[in-house]
Amino acid sequence: MTLKTETPDNKPKAIILRTAGTNCDYETRYALEKAGADVDLVHVNQLVKDKGLLGSYHIFVLPGGFTYGDDIAAGKVLANQLRHHLLDELTRFVDDGKLVIGICNGFQVLIKMGLLPGRNGTQPSSNEYRQEFTLTYNDSNKFEDRWVYLKSFSDKSVFIDNDCMLYVPIAHAEGKFVAGNGGELENLGKSGQIIFKYVDKDGNIANYPWNPNGSLENIAGICDSTGRVLGMMPHPERYIEPTQHPRWTREGLKAEGDGIAIFRNAVNYVKEKMWQKRP
Amino acid sequence: MEKRIEVFTKANFPDAIGNEVASEIANIGITSVDEIRTVQVYLIDGELSKDEIKRICSELLIDGLTQDYACINGSSEQPADIQAGHRDNTVYTIEVTRKRGVMDPVESTVIKGIRDLGMSARSVKTAKRFLVAGSLSIEQVEAIADKVLANKIIEDVFINKDNLFYEDKNEAIEYVFHRHTLEILNADDEQLLSISQEGQLYLSLEEMKAVQKYFTTLGRNPTDVELETIAQTWSEHCMHKTFRGMIDCDGELIDNLLANTVMKATSELDKSWCVSVFKDNAGIIEFDENYNICFKVETHNHPSAIEPYGGANTGIGGVIRDTLGTGLGAKPILNTDVFCFGPLDIGQEMIPEGVLHPKRIFKGVVGGVRDYGNRMGIPTANGAVFFDKRYTSNPIVYCGNVGLISKDKCEKKSHKGDLILLVGGRTGRDGIHGATFSSVELTHQSEVVSGGAVQIGDPIMEKKVTDALMKALDRSLYNNITDCGAGGLSSAVGEMGEELGAVVDLEKVPLKYDGLSYSEIWISEAQERMVLSVPPENMEEIREVFQREDVEATFIGEFTGDKRLRLRYKGEDVADIEMEFLHDGLPRIIRKAVWRSPSHEEPDIKVKKDYGEDLKKVLSSWNVCSKEWVIRQYDHEVQGGSVLKPLQGVDNDGPGDACIIRPVLSSGKGIIVSNGMNPKYGDIDPYHMAASAIDEALRQIISVGGNLEMVALLDNFSWGNTDKPVCLGGLVRAAKACYDMAIYYETPFISGKDSLNNEFKSGDKTISIPPTLLISAIGVMPDVTRAISMDVKSPDNLIYILGMTKDELGGSHYYDIHGFKGNSVPKVDREVGKKTMDLLANATGKGLVRSCHDCSEGGLAVAAAEMSFAGGYGIELDLSRVPVETGVDRDDIILFSESNSRFIVEVQPEKQKEFEETISGIPYGCMGKVLDNDVFTIQSQGGKNVISEKISDLKEAWQATLRL
Repeated sequence: MTLKTETPDNKPKAIILRTAGTNCDYETRYALEKAGADVDLVHVNQLVKDKGLLGSYHIFVLPGGFTYGDDIAAGKVLANQLRHHLLDELTRFVDDGKLVIGICNGFQVLIKMGLLPGRNGTQPSSNEYRQEFTLTYNDSNKFEDRWVYLKSFSDKSVFIDNDCMLYVPIAHAEGKFVAGNGGELENLGKSGQIIFKYVDKDGNIANYPWNPNGSLENIAGICDSTGRVLGMMPHPERYIEPTQHPRWTREGLKAEGDGIAIFRNAVNYVKEKMWQKRP
Repeated sequence: MEKRIEVFTKANFPDAIGNEVASEIANIGITSVDEIRTVQVYLIDGELSKDEIKRICSELLIDGLTQDYACINGSSEQPADIQAGHRDNTVYTIEVTRKRGVMDPVESTVIKGIRDLGMSARSVKTAKRFLVAGSLSIEQVEAIADKVLANKIIEDVFINKDNLFYEDKNEAIEYVFHRHTLEILNADDEQLLSISQEGQLYLSLEEMKAVQKYFTTLGRNPTDVELETIAQTWSEHCMHKTFRGMIDCDGELIDNLLANTVMKATSELDKSWCVSVFKDNAGIIEFDENYNICFKVETHNHPSAIEPYGGANTGIGGVIRDTLGTGLGAKPILNTDVFCFGPLDIGQEMIPEGVLHPKRIFKGVVGGVRDYGNRMGIPTANGAVFFDKRYTSNPIVYCGNVGLISKDKCEKKSHKGDLILLVGGRTGRDGIHGATFSSVELTHQSEVVSGGAVQIGDPIMEKKVTDALMKALDRSLYNNITDCGAGGLSSAVGEMGEELGAVVDLEKVPLKYDGLSYSEIWISEAQERMVLSVPPENMEEIREVFQREDVEATFIGEFTGDKRLRLRYKGEDVADIEMEFLHDGLPRIIRKAVWRSPSHEEPDIKVKKDYGEDLKKVLSSWNVCSKEWVIRQYDHEVQGGSVLKPLQGVDNDGPGDACIIRPVLSSGKGIIVSNGMNPKYGDIDPYHMAASAIDEALRQIISVGGNLEMVALLDNFSWGNTDKPVCLGGLVRAAKACYDMAIYYETPFISGKDSLNNEFKSGDKTISIPPTLLISAIGVMPDVTRAISMDVKSPDNLIYILGMTKDELGGSHYYDIHGFKGNSVPKVDREVGKKTMDLLANATGKGLVRSCHDCSEGGLAVAAAEMSFAGGYGIELDLSRVPVETGVDRDDIILFSESNSRFIVEVQPEKQKEFEETISGIPYGCMGKVLDNDVFTIQSQGGKNVISEKISDLKEAWQATLRL
């Protein structure tokens, strides 16, 4: 681990990956900065050209968007590019104890390149990145923007508070979580890697529109076996400011949005777990 | 060697596209389809081994969980064995592929993906194959292909195609240079007109004569590209000949209608916060100490009639480029969209030949805006959909975009010696003659003649251009910029070089494929291109900025200073004309306008005891019903700025008035955007229609907690054929109302657009659209936490009505459901209207208002019902408390009249006194209160219930119509 300049006073460094069709970068940056990170937006071309660059960051963020137009399938082309040009760097990044989060299109990328569920996947014997799950067309067959309730079903991910519920929006056409039939889903559940499920406002598992896309077992977000790689379809970066809530004019302004916790936990993890551990 | 790869969904997964298509087919009345399976086809050309192809398929083209593939090497092999329907069914295959030369962004994405795998492909072509199972006749299969699966304007269709490979690849056809001149010096009138017609120039005889005269002084005939340039520059679309021309209106001579109405109001108001008006691609007003905001709304009607998806795509893409090309470049932060269609339930027999069904146009247009806006990462948070059968053959598509621009980037000017840099997408044959095409009426032949005017957008290209441009902007690498829109390079370079003159080497323009003539290169309207004016010393740096973002940037010429437009192709001169002639040589003509008030039948509607059914009918009418189906498909929250969303209330589904966004997340300052439009009033009097539209747009700004202190307006006129004096007379009246209202409300116009000749000619029948004026309003809100939504908040709160209710049911939705138009169109009492808005703004500013809703389409009853079901509480109201004009004694008038400048407001009982003091001086009434139940009740003036409905029933009536 080659972290040269950081001290606990310094800010953890986050990198938001950009490429053709990335969006959500502005609000994701805002969320990370508000949580206390130092943020760079870096084009994938630059990361491929300068392979050492990724190592200088602590938090790697794949934001929402429509990378390469979601042509072929959502996130597929960027997943393919990362797999063939940055896989070693990303593997080292995770092995170094650092954090990765993919939101919406970023989750689709992580799933399709196999960084989720991770190198070991859900099969202990495996030692390679495989696509074990997919995110496919919503049951409604269309893009939808709506707010959803998420409930945590595991405390494995370092990004989340234990036993939390979040209210955040989704905005996607291909977010239905689907598993193969080789026991992947069971293994994922057993190892505590199912982090978020879509629930109704009382926290119960429920159907559409509470489960906005028809995801298997209402799965909205999963993590890898280390708990340091998280992917989720909903957009926590869109509920940072209290005025982003759809009913703040009825229910009043909260101190801050539910989504900030995800980013703050990431920043705090770097400060408390990574930096304190150093000799 | 070409390979055909077929990707399909595994049998145990639902075929999302197939299911969608199946329901569309049921919609057109063909019910005997059992199942549809879809196959995505890729034809890949390249030296690729069997193993390489296998890797391309398994790693790139399929999702191994849900999909499988088949690879076919030669024409003899069989396509993928996919079962559709039962084995004993007949299965037809319909294969659809984009026509040669029509943009397909997937092709370059696949090539890129293959490159990432460490291999290379020469070319990729895509197609979709539909396996349609069921007992169908071949005629039905053809109807499915034609009405659901493909648009023959841009796509080729093959039914039961045997040969699985295509002959017509985009192979290079070399262009052989030949300078083409046209004999006009000695042409007579007839010949001049035929040159105009044959060249699709749409120049009038007088205009052709002016051209003839100019070239006579030059002593030579024009080249084709010179004529094209003149035709494009002088088109109605680019020159606004009607608005800027001379009009004789009932004896009054108006020299430039625009300057005398809309623009005059702005200059007389002379607001210090107006930064740039009516000169740039968008109008600019102040926002805060660092930024200004710009706003532009455009029409994209004719292309959307022919190819709805592509038309709407390029409509939204084009207006976003207006933002990118405003000042030195603004960041697009909000999309708006307003559409007018024929009623979606209109019978197929009512659809003229060559016209698509409104439902198809509607879905295509919504899809086009959705896919472009969402992919660009720009929220679409304000809009409207309007229905009238006269829009069936000529839909109206308004797309708007708001941008955020640094205060020091609002001015631009090319310098002599600057290089002309073309950035973005490549140039092809797409969109040739778009500017001239959009300036004439549609006919059933339009799709045949003008197919080339239709383009498909590539939002990811535009996003890349945006990202790179913002980097070049930060480094101040260029002096001027504009977008390549209608008229292509001809328009962009012509406008930028108007003062200086320009020379362009056309062979330098990067092409999608060979074979384009110099003239096609010059006028192509290929999308996603911008033109920049770059000082020579920044040449390398700016090229590198674009390169890093994978955006092509090519220097194609320079701004010279000789005030001529010179075009060359491989060193040969192909055009050389004076900028002055191009921009000022258009002959001005006087057009006649008259105005006669039409007279419509006055309805005779019997007084009833209960208006519950009438209320539900109005709520479920096309224009009033919930537009949630549309709104949810738009990402209205990307960029994180949303403060007041289009859907509001306890279940996030009530109809908001205006949207509010915070463009800078670290600041509490916001902008409010709204729109007003009501073509139904235009049938009675366009003056009052325009005044009402402005009042409505401003009411919405006030309703959400804004005030009139810093509100700017945009005008967008879509009109019929203004060669007809009555039609032009209506336009003059509407423009005059714009002036009168803007002056009184102190809300200047900052930008606008007009689209004339919105007519459809079929045989000897001409259908004109109703006069359609869209008013868009934008205001700055100092503190977004003052925002107010329209849903009622809690029981026992009081419900007020502000403003005077008059006998103004002319053009109302109430008359409409009874089949009448009437004549008593709502007028605006400007004095009371302005005062009402100012005082209500004071009250919202003081925090005295819990909810507020604009009282417009459907009147008091509809507005109150919407507030009630959005909030999830019942309401009881008493009509005897409503301030009415003397003589208004019928309950239905009070319930449904659409009188302007009225609001319904919810106030907490403890704030009653302060609220009433604050609004003292305007007509108001405390009509009732919010209930802790689910019943919506209205009492007549005589004290009896005239409406008593469960809010869930009202909501269902409102939602069911557009639940597609």
